[in-house]
Amino acid sequence: MARMKFLCDAERCIECNGCVTACKNEHELPWGVNRRRVVTINDGVPGEKSISVSCMHCSDAPCMAVCPTDCFYKTDEGVVLHNKDACIGCGYCFFACPFGAPQFPNGPAAFGARGKMDKCTFCSGGPEENGTKEEFEKYGRNRISEGKLPACAEMCSTKALLAGDAPVISDIFRDRALRRGKAGDAAWGWTTAYGKPEQAQERTQERTREQKQEGGK
Amino acid sequence: MKNVSRMRLTLGPAFVAMVAALALGLSACGEYSQVANYKPGNYQGKSDTRPWEGGQFAGNKQAWEAALANRAQGQNEYKRTN
Repeated sequence: MARMKFLCDAERCIECNGCVTACKNEHELPWGVNRRRVVTINDGVPGEKSISVSCMHCSDAPCMAVCPTDCFYKTDEGVVLHNKDACIGCGYCFFACPFGAPQFPNGPAAFGARGKMDKCTFCSGGPEENGTKEEFEKYGRNRISEGKLPACAEMCSTKALLAGDAPVISDIFRDRALRRGKAGDAAWGWTTAYGKPEQAQERTQERTREQKQEGGK
Repeated sequence: MKNVSRMRLTLGPAFVAMVAALALGLSACGEYSQVANYKPGNYQGKSDTRPWEGGQFAGNKQAWEAALANRAQGQNEYKRTN
């Protein structure tokens, strides 16, 4: 049985936001709802690293655990989906999610006024008949039922963002890492993904300089 | 004997009240776990159709899996170019 996952290769991501745009266009998402976004670490410092983040379809999803209406379910492929008919827009899933994946059409409104939660569906639609108008309007396009992978990964120009069965994409990533010639921890360790401590230090110094300049004005 | 039974009669309600107050007071000292024990709830909503049901695959799970596996390998440009 497939176990669908996303994997973002920080060495390849060029922060083009193509994945964000592809997602938004594919599902015709309303203004203010971004199922995917690109996060850059050590922004502006040489060697900065970017990662594309959305719902990670957790194996033990905290959103599922906290939902008071139990509107979440997991498909056989390990994709975390939810039923918008049962969602009351309480926002508990937003607070529970470590990736900030749940989105609300009305933004940070009062309890219950946020609107129905919207999140990445791994392009698998939701609890409606596959490929129907109802499914598209509520959950977006169902590419998985068409034998396709999520639009964000398929549109990625550098193929930094991989999507699919976890063992398959892990193999692709492992193959790349070995070809890069980095050994041990440097192959896929912390510094490879998030940069070196000196970069963070440089960024802090830059911020201090900027603050001093602003204070001098 | 008479005095003892009289004392029992007068102390009885006071004794009961004191025990009750003590029990009530001590109940606040009871310790219990305040950590929320999250349990995954049971999904009560509509059932979802499986990806290979209906549409172009018409229930052929193997064809769907093959299509997806083929698509996944398309992400590996080392295999595409060589």
